[in-house]
Amino acid sequence: MNSTESIEPTAQSHRIDAARIGALARDFGPLIALILLAILGWVLNPSFGSWTNITNVLTRSAITGIISVGATFVIVSGEIDLSVGAMVALIASLMIIIVNQVAESTGNLMLAVAAGLAAGLIIGLFTGLINGILVTKGKIDSFIVTLGTMGIFRSLVIFVANGGTLTLNSDVREAFRPIYYDAWLSVPIPVWVLALVAVSGAIVLAKTRFGRYCRAVGSNADVAFYSAIRVDRIRLVAFVVQGFCVALATILYVPRLGSASSGTAVGGELEAITAVVVGGTALRGGYGRVWGSIAGALILTLIGNILDLTSIISVYLNGAVQGLIILGAALLQRGSRKR
Amino acid sequence: MWPLSDEFPATSASFSGDVTVLAAAHLCKDFGPVRVLDDINLEFLPGEIHAVVGENGAGKSTLVKILAGVLEPTSGTVLFRGAPVPAGNLRGMENLGVRFIHQELNLAEDLTVQENLFLGQELRRGLFLDETAMRAKGREVLAQVGSNVRLDLRVSRLRISEKQMVEIAKAISLQATAIIFDEPTAVLTPGEAERLFRLIESFAAAGVAIIYISHRLEEVKRLAHRITVLRDGRQIATRRAGEISPDEIVRLMVGRSLHDLFPPKKIRPDQPVHLEVRHLTIPGYASDCSFSVRKGEIVGFAGLVGAGRTELFEGLVGLRKVTAGEILKDGHLVKVTDYASAIQQLTAVYLPEDRKGKGLIVSFDARTNFSLLGLQKFGNWFVDERDESREFQAAVKQFQIKIPNRSMPVNRLSGGNQQKVVLAKISAVSPGIIILDEPTRGIDVGTKAQIYHWIADLAELGHTCVVISSELMEIIGLCHRIIVMRSSRIVANLEGESITEDEIMLYATGVKTATPFLPS
Amino acid sequence: MNLKIKSLVVSLSLGVSGLIGFKAVAQEQIKIGVSVPSADHGWTGGIDFFAQQTKKRLEAAYKNLQVVVVTATNASDQANTLEDLVAAQQIKALVILPYESAPLTEPVRQVKKKGVFVTVVDRALTDPNIQDLYVAGDNPGMGKIAAKYFADRLGGKGNIVVLRGLPTVIDNQRFDAFMDGIKGTQIKVLDSKYANWNRDDGFKVMQDFLTRFPHIDAVWAQDDDIALGVLDALRQAHREKEMFVVGGGGMKQIVKRGEDKDTLVPVDIIYSPSMIAVAIEVTALHFVAQLPVNGHYILDSPLVTPDNAAQYYFPNSPF
Repeated sequence: MNSTESIEPTAQSHRIDAARIGALARDFGPLIALILLAILGWVLNPSFGSWTNITNVLTRSAITGIISVGATFVIVSGEIDLSVGAMVALIASLMIIIVNQVAESTGNLMLAVAAGLAAGLIIGLFTGLINGILVTKGKIDSFIVTLGTMGIFRSLVIFVANGGTLTLNSDVREAFRPIYYDAWLSVPIPVWVLALVAVSGAIVLAKTRFGRYCRAVGSNADVAFYSAIRVDRIRLVAFVVQGFCVALATILYVPRLGSASSGTAVGGELEAITAVVVGGTALRGGYGRVWGSIAGALILTLIGNILDLTSIISVYLNGAVQGLIILGAALLQRGSRKR
Repeated sequence: MWPLSDEFPATSASFSGDVTVLAAAHLCKDFGPVRVLDDINLEFLPGEIHAVVGENGAGKSTLVKILAGVLEPTSGTVLFRGAPVPAGNLRGMENLGVRFIHQELNLAEDLTVQENLFLGQELRRGLFLDETAMRAKGREVLAQVGSNVRLDLRVSRLRISEKQMVEIAKAISLQATAIIFDEPTAVLTPGEAERLFRLIESFAAAGVAIIYISHRLEEVKRLAHRITVLRDGRQIATRRAGEISPDEIVRLMVGRSLHDLFPPKKIRPDQPVHLEVRHLTIPGYASDCSFSVRKGEIVGFAGLVGAGRTELFEGLVGLRKVTAGEILKDGHLVKVTDYASAIQQLTAVYLPEDRKGKGLIVSFDARTNFSLLGLQKFGNWFVDERDESREFQAAVKQFQIKIPNRSMPVNRLSGGNQQKVVLAKISAVSPGIIILDEPTRGIDVGTKAQIYHWIADLAELGHTCVVISSELMEIIGLCHRIIVMRSSRIVANLEGESITEDEIMLYATGVKTATPFLPS
Repeated sequence: MNLKIKSLVVSLSLGVSGLIGFKAVAQEQIKIGVSVPSADHGWTGGIDFFAQQTKKRLEAAYKNLQVVVVTATNASDQANTLEDLVAAQQIKALVILPYESAPLTEPVRQVKKKGVFVTVVDRALTDPNIQDLYVAGDNPGMGKIAAKYFADRLGGKGNIVVLRGLPTVIDNQRFDAFMDGIKGTQIKVLDSKYANWNRDDGFKVMQDFLTRFPHIDAVWAQDDDIALGVLDALRQAHREKEMFVVGGGGMKQIVKRGEDKDTLVPVDIIYSPSMIAVAIEVTALHFVAQLPVNGHYILDSPLVTPDNAAQYYFPNSPF
């Protein structure tokens, strides 16, 4: 309708201005929140800005960040994975058992580490595949599937750990340690891994056929089906990608403390999902961005870091502060999706 | 309480000089960037049946929703007996006696007929409902509309025509000054429709202003005293019924003659059979369906809703499970496992009838929608976005798609432009067999003509086209041959002279049964 | 404390030997229900381990004794398992480590009303009259002993940080007793934060403490899981020489480090999950040996030093 465009020019331009601000907040909301939070941290305690603290925060975010990249794919495809926290615990436990076994039987520490890495990745891909198959072939809602596997993974950990804590033998621990603690160009290795995962995740989601299909399936699975997209395969692959990311994160997690128990990464799934949603990805699927999830993970870590670095707020209110900041970040991008 | 003859002049044809019951003055309505009503000026007189006609999407429903107070106009006023009324006040309009018989009926399904009739207007005796009085009144109003449904029956158990009568009875159980009927016959059998017409005439005779929305010309001819034609949201003409011929109404509705709408049919019978389907069975939808289509042929599939046409072709392209049958392309057996394989092996594409539910991701922009089906050709892993943009631009030009802003989600485009995006989408995979399910539903006439010409051009280029449509005019005007389906079976194969509305309907409704015919 | 445990062990062994004689006579089946939290961190993992281990030992020793161990994931889950134990298993005795005190007081009272012998472990119910037997570690004692050690070791002054557990009564008891214990000294608590009885959080919180405070003399982590996280943070920051760390619980790695005369982790304070074993054994004694066992058994929280570490080191325990 060409005739409409000239009508009420003022109202139109106002609407465009509002839309621009809305679009700006939508596009950069998590980044704005992150910067505000960093400024706040720096004002409250100047040592916040020290290189050590910055690398601490980045390294700490690596685990949640990498998991949230995988979670972005799952959520964009319109699914949810609640099992990732338990998956971390399971992969970590099995890795520790395998690494200890290989180290004991061969005495070759490097071989043990390599076996641990391989085992971690394989178990991650496999657990992701199980989730994916149950969702697609089993035609069960992913919420229920992953709720179920969450319980299974978690109790498998209790089982293999005999209800206790599994610990890397001290000699392999030393061989494993560099993966978390060493740095390259004075940037810790986990941060490099996070950057690598984030960049490739962002490229895959934005620039590849698979990424495009994830968004299509998450937006409207019917349309995707009528566009000759193998909807189930996309969902399946999304879960496998999630499993792979969890495995990578766990490979970084294990050398940090060298132990795993049933309490490992409890609530990790909620942290990852929160990071994704704070980052601006639609929980209903169809729209998402990887860098937002990374920003979300950084926001979550920063909150804890800043609370640790100050004593102005009662420790009893930590949860409330976290909740408020998460709501604030979400509010910054409110109205970004009308459905 | 009806009848209203005590308060209104009983004469029906005294149009001029009477005070108008309801009027529209300079009504405009925008939905987002789309103007759906543009400067509508109408007067509705007591005792007059005023038909508002137009194609799908012409703005009829929007107009009457504004008149009934359901929607608020963007600008302009609604007047009642010459005085402006507050916009968008449904309750206020009801109090003035303006009744709206919805296209989708507006009854509480789980309440009884009587409860629905008096919903919000219950008769009371002291603290309690006066059941006896309501039963008596209820019977009275039902009798007035010629309905004999039981008052204690739950509405969910009524037939659709019975529900409509209850709805009408409810409308007149309160004092009515104007009654709006929005395509009331869409759900009725001819017999039921005739009874409704007589009822409407009796209301008019009693002095109620009738606003009758329809796009069926026979009805309008049968009923209306005055006719207003809407097209693309504009008021094209308002004439006395006697002063306008059906042909002229069509011309005004469509904005061109039928000759312009449909391209001439060029039949080339020497072409080889391109697609042959043998004994295809889709459980519950299509049983033992055999037919074939030649290169360059446009075959229409007609039938009632639910006859299994959509599902037959969904099965053909692998979107639905097929339990038996063979598909041959150029005489060779083709194995279709899913839609992707149908596109590859059969070079067949399917345009779904549900544009927003199956054709387009409404929150995506046009380019992303355009390339979704044929994304593979822009790269197996990475999407070559420059290539994609280039092809999209070419398609925009070819289909004359109007896109104000590249990143705009397609739900903000008009229906016609949306449909063009879907057409571009399925064309992007260079198909040889094109199956179009209701290709022109809910779009403007201009775009319809473009789509018809596009289909004809495809056929002329040697593509094989199948058009599934419920609009007989369209299927007759466009197709070389028409196959009729009824209850999951192919019952007729009509060619040449035998393609008439009557013939199609006789087969579609089962009055004429299948004569054995060979797939041509 | 040693005395108490020792006397217990003596009486236990007496009971066992006494029972072999009884065996032929007392063949009535006795079922003891044990309700404990599921292994959600190291210490509760230890609880589950010792409960299972005790079950095996007792059932092997007494043929007419059956021990049913059920774990619960939260307070209301635990209340449900109690009903099942009474109704379906028809237990004669209940040994319970309540998830939370208040919500489980009524459910346990209902069990008691059915004539079941009730042993409460670690977390007391709000009504002490319900229990026949109470076995617990000494939470305020942990805080007190830690405070005394810090005062002695630091010579009455220094900067320390505290990593707390979860906001619960137990944590408050330990923390308040500790703060009470260092009152009057010049020991300054720079800050205290929750580390949720969890290694990962211990690591993170300590990292941030290290960023924030350039000089720290000691860390009270009051839990060995947290302490392990703290140690990794110290190692990463290369500040292991600057301070020492005190945990709590008696985890084998920590006890071992004490035994090895590690200066970074010189001591540990026992709060052993083996208390569940004591509770089950004593309860069993009540039935198999008809011993009057009612009353309070408070297991001390002894300080583990390099000198006595060997007797607290159990290499086979998962804790």
